[in-house]
Amino acid sequence: MNTFAIRTQQLTRTFGPVRAVDQLTLEVRQGEIFGFLGPNGSGKTTTIRLLLGLLQPDAGQIEVLGVPVPQRAAEVRERTGALLEHAGLYERLSAADNLDYYGRIWRMPAAERNQRIHELLASLGLWERRNEQVKTWSRGMKQKLAIARALLHRPQLIFLDEPTAGLDPIAAASLRDDLRTLVEREGVTVFLTTHNLAEAEKLCHRVGIIRQGRLLAQGSLAELRRHEALHLEMIGRAFTPHVVTALQSQPAVKRVEANGARLLIELAAASDPAPLVKLVVEHGGQVEEVHRSNASLEEVFLTLMEEEEAHAH
Amino acid sequence: MLTDIWTVMRKELQEAFNLGDRVGKFGLLFMMFSFGILLPWQMGRSWVESPITLVYWSWVPLFLVNAVVADSFAGERERHTLETLLASRLPDQAILFGKLLAALAYGVGLTWASLLVGLVTINLFHGEGRLLFYPPAVALGVIGISLLSGGLAAGAGVLVSLRAKSVQQATQVLSIAIMALIFIPTFGLQALPAAWQERLWNIVSGWNVTQAVLVAIAVLAVLNSVLIGAAMRRFQRARLIAD
Ligand SMILES: Nc1ncnc2c1ncn2[C@@H]1O[C@H](COP(=O)(O)OP(=O)(O)OP(=O)(O)O)[C@@H](O)[C@H]1O
Ligand SMILES: [Mg+2]
Repeated sequence: MNTFAIRTQQLTRTFGPVRAVDQLTLEVRQGEIFGFLGPNGSGKTTTIRLLLGLLQPDAGQIEVLGVPVPQRAAEVRERTGALLEHAGLYERLSAADNLDYYGRIWRMPAAERNQRIHELLASLGLWERRNEQVKTWSRGMKQKLAIARALLHRPQLIFLDEPTAGLDPIAAASLRDDLRTLVEREGVTVFLTTHNLAEAEKLCHRVGIIRQGRLLAQGSLAELRRHEALHLEMIGRAFTPHVVTALQSQPAVKRVEANGARLLIELAAASDPAPLVKLVVEHGGQVEEVHRSNASLEEVFLTLMEEEEAHAH
Repeated sequence: MLTDIWTVMRKELQEAFNLGDRVGKFGLLFMMFSFGILLPWQMGRSWVESPITLVYWSWVPLFLVNAVVADSFAGERERHTLETLLASRLPDQAILFGKLLAALAYGVGLTWASLLVGLVTINLFHGEGRLLFYPPAVALGVIGISLLSGGLAAGAGVLVSLRAKSVQQATQVLSIAIMALIFIPTFGLQALPAAWQERLWNIVSGWNVTQAVLVAIAVLAVLNSVLIGAAMRRFQRARLIAD
């Protein structure tokens, strides 16, 4: 049994001068929710298209569910579901007819199809409105319907390209809740792209960070956090440049940022904060509170982006 | 494969019939009224007896097929449903032929419906107690030529729709093509020198109706297969997304 749902090696695709996907080596395990994180234009959508055999790669290898792509992409499409860049719903048809069409496409027998449509729409709270034309629906409802369509034929793996894009925070949270419930119940592997870090933190077991087509890091959130130094936050007053300089001279300190009443200190390694507090006080700073915090994924993300930026120049 | 083709066809027809806009429906009714009632009523018995109506029956499906085929791919692209369809398990050929056959079924189905209405009309108004029907050669011609001319419109329509930037552009290109197909021969003949016209007329009037029908069917069949072949070559998933 293959434990990887997706594996790519040195996958590359260019559009003229643009390297949309650049030597991407990626591993997604069976059963996990994998978050593919990157800013706009970083190559997320292109990667999904390559994985589904909708675009030809220029170089590199792809294996999805143990099947080589693009050689046998039809088999991959048979066993996966997708919510792509656009929801892809027929707006002039009803919700039920949209699902019915895709149920027929996957050759589900009528009874199973109807039962499954009922099950999915009911669990998304959309069953009562199944006969309405999709064009009258809100964006959040449409995205949920598109997720139902992706899951309809019980695929082993689904691709979700920015499922919460364009949703307000409440609709996005509701969609994430439904998504998590469904995914747990169905035991399906999810490859999800997003540029929203909070979303990845809430939903994903593992993430890959991509920028300009290149993979900067991949791993579990804990691994990525460990990859980064610990952070220390002090709240107080008089965090003068003098204080900052003093801190920066310490070997344990990697970076210092004074921000009004907040002093952010990035540590090179986990270490005792007491000597640092003392140092601040000695240099005239007044400390009211001290917090230790692991880097949020956001900081990891931004740091990686910055490192990459520095590298490029 | 047939199941997959039928799945696509079914949904295309569902959209074409349920959801056509009002202008489209009005045009459809106008067409059915003209060719089912007005013309048969006016032309009387020559509606079934004269082979000239064959020309009409080769035109009607062009308009009807054109009304839906422009939307086939350009519409899905414009409304952002194409890529999701391409990401499904459907084979390329099922998508292509599902759409092609849906346009054909719509156009030719409605053409044949008008044909039947026309037969009812003519028998009601001009029947004089006996059943009026097409002579065998004309009947074969009406059915065969309308089917193949529908196929021509569907094949060309799918090709244009695949390449078009928008539904509007596809509709424009196809409408111009149909106009050209109808007007160039009609006015072209009139523009020929009188001597040529006469010579041509002598050749054509030498044919009997059956021969003429068979020649027309053969020519149309060849054109159909060329267009369908071209559409099959053109329709490839990876190319549809990249362009
Ligand atoms: N068909 C195409 N033709 C030309 N360039 C393309 C094409 N598709 C993608 N690109 C380019 O490839 C790069 C990556 O695009 P892609 O859509 O994969 O990014 P993305 O990460 O999905 O971005 P977003 O968050 O905006 O959806 C971009 O620079 C884009 O302009
Ligand atoms: Mg994208």
